[in-house]
Amino acid sequence: MMKKTDKPVKYKSMKASENLSTVLSYIGLIGLSVIWLYPIVWIVLNAFRTEYNDQNQLIGIVVSHYFPKAFGFDNFVNLFTKTQFLTWFLNTLLVASVSFVLSTLLTLTVAYVMSKLKFKMRKKFLNIAIILGLFPGFMSMIAIYYILKALGLTQTLFALMLVYSAGAGLGFYVAKGFFDIIPNALLESARLDGASNSKIFTKIVLPISKPIIIYTALLAFIGPWMDFIFARVILGETNTHLHTVAVGLYYMMYGERADSNVFTLFAAGCFIVAIPIVSLFLSMQKYYIEGVTAGSVKG
Amino acid sequence: MDDQMQKKVNDSNPQDNLPNKNNLFKRIVAFLVNGFRKIGQRLQHNVQKSYFVFKDGSIGTKLSHIIMGFGNIKNKQIIKGLMYFMIQVAFFLFMFTSPLVNSTPLGIKALGNFITLGTEEGDIFNPTDNSMLMLLFGVLTIGIIVMFLFAYSSNIKSAYKSDILKRTGKKLPSFKEDVLELFDGRFHVLMLTPAIIGITVFTILPTIFMILIAFTNFDSLHPAGLVLFDWVGLDNFKAIFGGTGEIAVRFWPVLGWTLVWAFFATFTNYIGGILLALLINKKQIKFKKLWRTIFILTIALPQFISLLAMRNLLSEYGPLNTMLVNSGIIEAPIKFLGNALNPTTARITVILINIWVGVPYTMLMTSGILMNIPTDLYEAAMIDGANKRQVFINITVPYILFITTPYLITSFIGNITSFNIIYLLTAGGPTVPGYIAGSTDLLVTWLYKLTIDQAEYNIGSVIAIFTFIITASATLLTYRRSKAYKEEDAFQ
Repeated sequence: MMKKTDKPVKYKSMKASENLSTVLSYIGLIGLSVIWLYPIVWIVLNAFRTEYNDQNQLIGIVVSHYFPKAFGFDNFVNLFTKTQFLTWFLNTLLVASVSFVLSTLLTLTVAYVMSKLKFKMRKKFLNIAIILGLFPGFMSMIAIYYILKALGLTQTLFALMLVYSAGAGLGFYVAKGFFDIIPNALLESARLDGASNSKIFTKIVLPISKPIIIYTALLAFIGPWMDFIFARVILGETNTHLHTVAVGLYYMMYGERADSNVFTLFAAGCFIVAIPIVSLFLSMQKYYIEGVTAGSVKG
Repeated sequence: MDDQMQKKVNDSNPQDNLPNKNNLFKRIVAFLVNGFRKIGQRLQHNVQKSYFVFKDGSIGTKLSHIIMGFGNIKNKQIIKGLMYFMIQVAFFLFMFTSPLVNSTPLGIKALGNFITLGTEEGDIFNPTDNSMLMLLFGVLTIGIIVMFLFAYSSNIKSAYKSDILKRTGKKLPSFKEDVLELFDGRFHVLMLTPAIIGITVFTILPTIFMILIAFTNFDSLHPAGLVLFDWVGLDNFKAIFGGTGEIAVRFWPVLGWTLVWAFFATFTNYIGGILLALLINKKQIKFKKLWRTIFILTIALPQFISLLAMRNLLSEYGPLNTMLVNSGIIEAPIKFLGNALNPTTARITVILINIWVGVPYTMLMTSGILMNIPTDLYEAAMIDGANKRQVFINITVPYILFITTPYLITSFIGNITSFNIIYLLTAGGPTVPGYIAGSTDLLVTWLYKLTIDQAEYNIGSVIAIFTFIITASATLLTYRRSKAYKEEDAFQ
């Protein structure tokens, strides 16, 4: 509205400089985009790089030219035939599927209880959760490792699922922020109609909380694909058949028996992992952005 | 514990300290004293209350103090009563049979072992006591005792409650009604229980265990199950301030670099992110969604992929160095990361790469904020004849600063404990000869190397405690700030 009154005056006097600034902005954006895409494009190019040396061996090391001289699918073929990548991929898929269901449930229920139910220990729980969140996560990793060992669970995928889901109860802040803005009047009127707390949660709150459910589920599902700190400790370097993609690919590059000639294989593995994760992420970015901004404004 | 508490009470009188707001230390002491005083009052209150309950309760309630669930069974709440009784039986069985796990006992024997941390040196025929498991099982057993005490007190409450209901002539809830109540009035109990169990087993107990390790000599010379280790008091903490060990020499440099890193990482990302958001949100710019998506790719891509790609891209004979050499900008390839000749090169490189990683995130966050700047502010400024630059400097900038200060502090904390970037890019290098901590190691990556790779658990634990102190103080600061915001409401 305000622009209407300003337009004639402003546009006449500032047209030239405005055009210039638009052009500069585009140049800036294009320059930044090149910088941001430079490594990503490079890893994709390397996944398809199919250069052979004189002895007819595939050159897998990092080379000095950015654009490959030949393209092909040899790296992908080798990845599935010569490494355990398929096993790693299926392991990760299994862990991610189980732990995302469990941790989404945990996160949402805790967030809802903390946000909407009033009970005696509520404030105390909140404070404890904040303090616990301040300890570096892997400080407790060694102890978790030995607890799992005492339970006879180390070096199993089940242990990994357990560890990923068990911590979920502490990551309720963003979801709590979302539930906080649901008006209490809505819940009160349902309560007056005789609905129980569990009914209110499942029949009223959950249906209107789609964005936060998707945000929580998205992060929980992607987590196992990205984490390699916990997975590394729990699964160990030698149990290659139990590795997740992150651990497997890392050890392929930097493990004890690492080989510098596997970089293109690594790139191919990254490509296969990144495609579903990135497309999942981009298709749900609306919810992600909503979640992130909700978290930031709350502080 | 009590002696310490008493000492603190004597040392300072809270009333004297409260007005002196600038003296943070005194305020902390006053806070602690008040805290202890409150705990004392609560304790006294609880003791009086339980005494009253014991005296006032029926014979069933009185017997519930010895046989759990007795009161409920007597009042015909059979299932509930039996459940309490089962808990008691299970607990006593657990405590007195002291079940062996990995040939280390739990239960009552674990409590003794918790104090000695093992006595059997072992020979070819007998294994050495596993001090680490003894410590862990001691913590677990204490945890189980605490949980039992909760069940015990809930048993008495439940018995007394049914007494009261009976006395007032009300109907006692059946087991079915109790279960249904879990879905309504006590819904929070049902919902929180799985989370609390998970957090207790996988966060609280392990954290307590690790804190205790800081007071032992559990290190690479005392591997668990082979050599006994023991309590050493504050020795590991004293080691920071003197001697020639790893922790004495490397602690302060690593701490310093951690703070420098966190400062630069936070502010470069913050400023970069805001500028990028302003650029994309300019009204002349078209295809906003496309631009945003390009930058969001960095967030969507798993970090181990993008960071390991960066590491190889920047390697000595990688494409970036070759391009720079060929175009004549530099004469010889630069070693950017873990193998850098000069620590400063590696440090600058990781901060720059962190911009690549973190700016899109801030951009997303501030985009949302930019779109939500109340338009009446702009209108008012325009009416007053402000030009674009003035509006930007006097409205946009202060508004963003105002809204995002809490975020700034949380991201500072995040950067102190940011593990992936350093570990995947430089693995802490360039190395400092003779020491584990390299020149780009943060406290957390150092901690990781010490515990996971080097088995120096006690030093690792000391570092973890220091990391906690730093992040905890920063968080306290955030809290004070955000509270100030609520009270002031200054901007709008």
